[in-house]
Amino acid sequence: MIEVNHLTKRYGNHTAVSDLSFTIEKGQIYGFLGPNGAGKSTTMNIMTGCLAATSGEVRIGGFDIFEEAEQAKKLIGYLPEQPPLYLDRTPREYLTFVARAKRIPERQIPEQLTQVMAVTQTIDVADRLIKNLSKGYRQRVGIAQAILGDPEVIILDEPTVGLDPRQIIEIRDLIKELGKDHTVILSSHILSEVQAVCQTILIISKGKLVACDSPANLEKLFAGTTTVDLVAEASEGELWEILSGVGNIAKIEVTEKAPNRCKARLNMGNREGNQACREIFFAFSKAGRAILQMSTARASLEDIFMELTAGEREEAQ
Amino acid sequence: MRAVLKHELSSYFTNLSGYVFGAFLLLFAGIYTMVYNIQSAITNFEYVLGGMSFVFLVIVPILTMRVLSEERRQKTDQLLYSLPLTMTQVVLGKYIAMLAVFAVPLAVISLYPIVLTFFGNVHLPAAFSAIVGFFFLGAALIAIGMYISSVTESQAVAAGLCFVVMLVNYFISDLADMTSTTAFGSLFMLMILALAASGVVYLMTKSGFTGLLCAAVLAGGIMLAYAFQPSAFEGLFPKIMENLSLFERFYALIEGVFDLRSIVYFCSVVGVFLFLSVQSMEKRRWSE
Repeated sequence: MIEVNHLTKRYGNHTAVSDLSFTIEKGQIYGFLGPNGAGKSTTMNIMTGCLAATSGEVRIGGFDIFEEAEQAKKLIGYLPEQPPLYLDRTPREYLTFVARAKRIPERQIPEQLTQVMAVTQTIDVADRLIKNLSKGYRQRVGIAQAILGDPEVIILDEPTVGLDPRQIIEIRDLIKELGKDHTVILSSHILSEVQAVCQTILIISKGKLVACDSPANLEKLFAGTTTVDLVAEASEGELWEILSGVGNIAKIEVTEKAPNRCKARLNMGNREGNQACREIFFAFSKAGRAILQMSTARASLEDIFMELTAGEREEAQ
Repeated sequence: MRAVLKHELSSYFTNLSGYVFGAFLLLFAGIYTMVYNIQSAITNFEYVLGGMSFVFLVIVPILTMRVLSEERRQKTDQLLYSLPLTMTQVVLGKYIAMLAVFAVPLAVISLYPIVLTFFGNVHLPAAFSAIVGFFFLGAALIAIGMYISSVTESQAVAAGLCFVVMLVNYFISDLADMTSTTAFGSLFMLMILALAASGVVYLMTKSGFTGLLCAAVLAGGIMLAYAFQPSAFEGLFPKIMENLSLFERFYALIEGVFDLRSIVYFCSVVGVFLFLSVQSMEKRRWSE
């Protein structure tokens, strides 16, 4: 549906997007994930024709966004980071303008408006001036504008920023609903959001694509390590001694020590969780010491995200 | 284009700006008709339009200041870029909407000479050629204002800049008359203009080389022409300014000379500035 080939965008000396390539398939929800300033908005602006790339090409449904702009733009609905609303108009007037610009036949406009306003729940405010609407409603009017005319691809740049938790959930549900019969691309710097709605995650860092896969696969791919949290009835010295008998522990970190009680976090390498627990349990039982608590954890998507984008953070500091 | 046109028209008439603009134009037309045609009993309606031509200094900035700058400030230009519209359609739609807002009060004004025929001997062809001239002059000035609005993000800057440009345009032939009419005086003024033009080129391209090249070519050309035919430079500068001035051409129309060249000139100015506006909108995509 969308092909992005070797996209580069430079602002003077600063490279916002560098040699980015990916393909978007039809009928899925995609999430662009990356810290602020990673190049998400720039990429989206280029994909929708709002910005010219320094080099590289974007094809929407086979049409080049620059060379065959009109055909390409008919296939997309775009909500930029700041909803592009005419504040002194009402949502109905605004959407009528957008509908005409999208070449929806005049007779179908009232019907289509009613439909998108029903989907985005903006009917109640249809005749109030946009400048008097709350942030949440403005966002919805922006989404209504994007989905008007039933475009095949809907691109939303940080659709839930600045909304309250309840509105966030509503917008998420709306996006999931849209994802049933559209290709949706949304961006966010919040992982849980992308995780909640997207089938495929594209992680972008410093203008480069660092990962692109489903949330489950990403976890599988990167979550190679198992961590064990342990509370044992033993002194620190005993703990070290017992654990040295287990072998192949990548890292031991004692977080709390009392004469007869220790808390530690163990990095068990790529061992499977239960196997790791079993080895530790038998080691302690052989030494005649009790394990009071033990739990395993695998690296979460959050950790992967932090790890993948870590370079950027350090550089920023 | 129709979508943009309809949207712009309805926004001029849902908020006050369309009405304020019309009221302003009608107010001055009324005052000048009172003074010239009624109190002084002059039967030439064209003098009314000639006298009130300074209203353009105020109404053009009012009409054009927000037309493209506000899109940029509110970031609604992102909508225009992502919709299946070309920038030519956007610029033309907005321009035609402004022309329509200008044409409505002018249509009312064109009734005045007809009303005046009931009370005296008004020469209607002269009156109407002046009205046509007034429309084309306005059309050219609005196109200039639109371009100015496209280069800035702030309404206030657009309005101020537009006012200055209108003012210079209004007084340019008077100012040029004050400069020396000797060949050397013209050479001097043309050199300054060449340097100013190069400065603008430098600011727009941000390339020192292009600016210098432009300055060298322009100044060199002028020097060369001066070396070969210094006599041609006598009184050249005021004459060029007079020919460039939009208002001077309109005054010729007022005096009863319906010169088609003037209309062609007005239309060319419209064409050039609409083209520049489109380019300016396209350019935003590259530099943002």
